[in-house]
Amino acid sequence: MTNTIGCIEKADVILVTGSNTTENHPVLSSYVKRAVKFRGTKVIVVDPRRIKMSRFADIYLRQNLGSDVAWLNGMMNVIIAEGLHDQNFVESRTEGFEELKKTVEKYTPEYVEEISGIPAEKLVEAARLYANAKAASILYCMGITQHSHGTDNVKSLANLAMLCGHMGIEGGGVNPLRGQNNVQGACDMGGLPNVYPAYQPVTDPAIAKKFEDAWGVTGLSTNLGLKVTDMIPKAHDGELKALYIIGENPLVSDPDLNHAEKSIKNLDFLVVQDIFMTETAELADVVLPAKCFAEKDGTFSNTERRVQRVRTAVEPPGDVWDDWKITCEIGTRMGLPMAYADSEAVFEELRTVTPSYAGITYDRIDQVGIPWPCLNVEHPGTPILHRDQFTRGKGLFHAIDYTPPKEQADDEFPLYLTTGRLLYQYHTGSMTMKTAGLNDRAPECIVEISPADAATYELEDGEKVEVASRRGNINATVQISTTAVTGTVFIPFHFAEAAANKLTNAALDPVSGIPEYKVCAVKLSKAA
Amino acid sequence: MTTENTISINGNGFSFKPGDTILDVARKHDIDIPTLCHLKGATPTGACRMCVVEVEGARTLLASCATPAAANMVVETESPKVVETRKMLLQLLLASGNHNCAISGSAGSDWTAFQLKVHKDDGSDELCPVWGDCHLQELAYRYQVSGEAFDSTEVSYPMETVNPFIVRDFSRCILCGRCVQACNDVQVNNAINFGYRGAPTKIVAAEDKPLKDSDCVFCGECVQACPVGALVEKDARYAVRPWETTKVRTTCTYCGVGCQVHLHIQGGKVVKVTGVEDLSPNFGSLCVKGRFGFDFIHSPERLKAPLIKKNGQFREATWDEALDLVADKLGSIKDAHGADSIGVLTSARVTNEENYIANKFTRAVLKTNNIDHCARL
Ligand code: SF4
Ligand code: SF4
Repeated sequence: MTNTIGCIEKADVILVTGSNTTENHPVLSSYVKRAVKFRGTKVIVVDPRRIKMSRFADIYLRQNLGSDVAWLNGMMNVIIAEGLHDQNFVESRTEGFEELKKTVEKYTPEYVEEISGIPAEKLVEAARLYANAKAASILYCMGITQHSHGTDNVKSLANLAMLCGHMGIEGGGVNPLRGQNNVQGACDMGGLPNVYPAYQPVTDPAIAKKFEDAWGVTGLSTNLGLKVTDMIPKAHDGELKALYIIGENPLVSDPDLNHAEKSIKNLDFLVVQDIFMTETAELADVVLPAKCFAEKDGTFSNTERRVQRVRTAVEPPGDVWDDWKITCEIGTRMGLPMAYADSEAVFEELRTVTPSYAGITYDRIDQVGIPWPCLNVEHPGTPILHRDQFTRGKGLFHAIDYTPPKEQADDEFPLYLTTGRLLYQYHTGSMTMKTAGLNDRAPECIVEISPADAATYELEDGEKVEVASRRGNINATVQISTTAVTGTVFIPFHFAEAAANKLTNAALDPVSGIPEYKVCAVKLSKAA
Repeated sequence: MTTENTISINGNGFSFKPGDTILDVARKHDIDIPTLCHLKGATPTGACRMCVVEVEGARTLLASCATPAAANMVVETESPKVVETRKMLLQLLLASGNHNCAISGSAGSDWTAFQLKVHKDDGSDELCPVWGDCHLQELAYRYQVSGEAFDSTEVSYPMETVNPFIVRDFSRCILCGRCVQACNDVQVNNAINFGYRGAPTKIVAAEDKPLKDSDCVFCGECVQACPVGALVEKDARYAVRPWETTKVRTTCTYCGVGCQVHLHIQGGKVVKVTGVEDLSPNFGSLCVKGRFGFDFIHSPERLKAPLIKKNGQFREATWDEALDLVADKLGSIKDAHGADSIGVLTSARVTNEENYIANKFTRAVLKTNNIDHCARL
């Protein structure tokens, strides 16, 4: 997030898109709901499902799946046409406005209505509301990123925020909500194929040299590595021979699972390090047992970049180790001595090579976490990014055209499917499914369908139905709900025995490598 | 100090800011005015009247949580009149339900009959599930009262136990309204409210449905806010006693909000989770996963030793054996096919330190940049 969670309550307008906030970030959603209730903050929800947050919204817009660039360009079209943009901000803080202006010119509300299904006058209303706010915050999540053009979607949101000067101010910002406890930290720490910790590019020889010196090694690679979504096909083709998987379960979370499973089975060697025997671990040659969060010390970085402590509360169940210690032992055996007294010692090392964490120490975050960048031990941390300038200096507008999603509904697969999470389960369920109460609330895979679609396909609430796409099929229980919009069904991806990702499309965003989980075409038929 | 913004409490002068209530000023200076219904961050309701104080010139006692401090106000927080009122309020509350800890009084002849009846209602022969962790009990001790001063009132509504997370025991509910505010004003889930206004009032969900059939999302904000034993975590009820537990503060392991939690440990196990009050980012709030989804920690299905697969079957191995094998295999694959034939998936689930080490291992040991994680999936 460019801003903090607390900052949400200071916004006059909040645009929530592609985030089922009340179910996936419940505590954060209460900031939005309180703002509405006590400050009269106006909320705009743009989502393919009539999610609970829409009850708190002044304007609810339902876009066709994958039409986000179109409606965002449409909002900018209105804003520029009516002169509602922040001319000062655009002039002094950004570049590329003219190109943007040219690109969005054709996205008139009427044209956008054709693509997105959003009524023209509603779009105009939303555009005015957002632009006229003193401070408007954008909250988004996987509904924006999990598309074959997800990067374009994110850039379009940034365009909109910069255009209206809702950046670098209290109550503003473009705020991605991270779905997992330490996505932020995994990225910050160089868990990405193109960057070292603090996003220092691997292709820069000077950076490589810096890390060679810090780590006492030579020959660090300056080639871009493989993204997870490249690794799977490479494993399939036999180019990738071995995988070392730490705490992930790609065999439920990857797109087009049937293909992913074949690929992983094709590896010469698979090591999985986890707390449970997951679907992925079953396929491993070696399984290494790790401690869970309650058994270890360390830090997580939350969605607002706040680095917070994790503390040991209980003993692990057997002879299981910290993840860092296991990895260090393998590294040492392979020739690079990696020995640390404890997690704090690791942290002390990482902050010397991670400028944005340089000023953070366990002592300083004992009570309250600090949001990075925190450049030295006197630095208070940075709750709001881009206050005076953007990372690259001026903010760059990206002129982006709409391209349709990779798969369209047709006669054979007449319905759209979008996937996501439920309040009562988490990710692949390996943790939440151990709590009986959570299973009681969300026991099995459902397919959420609108009353009209249920009538068309003659389906009853609670009945089993087969859902098929071009890639596979699963059985799920029908849940008729007014949250669903006719023509689009929703399936949560938590359930391995009815894995939604057997259906989803592995078409990737060319930049981020994120698959198009949010759009594919399916058909329903009564389960045999 | 100018007299325009000075208030006298128990004979001492304090300055205040416009908008401060008497309670705010008192709390700021460690003067302990007792409250039951007051919930930080929510608008004061004055429902419980426990915070009444005597203000010079006022005809009646005033609820300090709802009375703004005013210039030259003279306040007594523990005057005989105040204490007498608080005593009576507490006695009425204690007589109003199954308050079967010692404070209900044990001198009367019908004590045994009362205990037996409560045991039957509770389905347990223990004292109240929050005995020792109850605000009402604390105040009863402080003001040395019991429940015997008034005839005990009938319990009007049966307990609700049909959801997996929260037991609602209306017999112990004192109708302070903290749960209603927690649900409506803090979490804004709008699931519960006062129902059947007039006697006998009940906190109801929807049209007095069980929580599981209402808008309730089992965030448990109401449980954490309840000052007595009316709302208790189902699994912690009778099983968790505060004097047998220790608390460790850490960060929730589910979503990216990073709520600060207290893990309550009893007998080496996590038995309950509560939100850390007063601190960002969650100020005490949690969701159903963060509060109730901790069973996986002690699941019998946890992996307990390294495993090596031989002929399609896993067998347990020592760490040395497993680590040697992994190092060996990765080393020989690297030699035979090059560093880029190996990939590492690190995790959005593990700590920064562990991600850093995974990054260092991949780059400095394997000598490849093939590292990613699945979190964007
Ligand atoms: S658990 Fe949460 S949603 Fe349910 S009644 Fe309590 S506060 Fe409201
Ligand atoms: S308690 Fe809920 S909202 Fe808070 S971090 Fe955990 S999962 Fe997220």
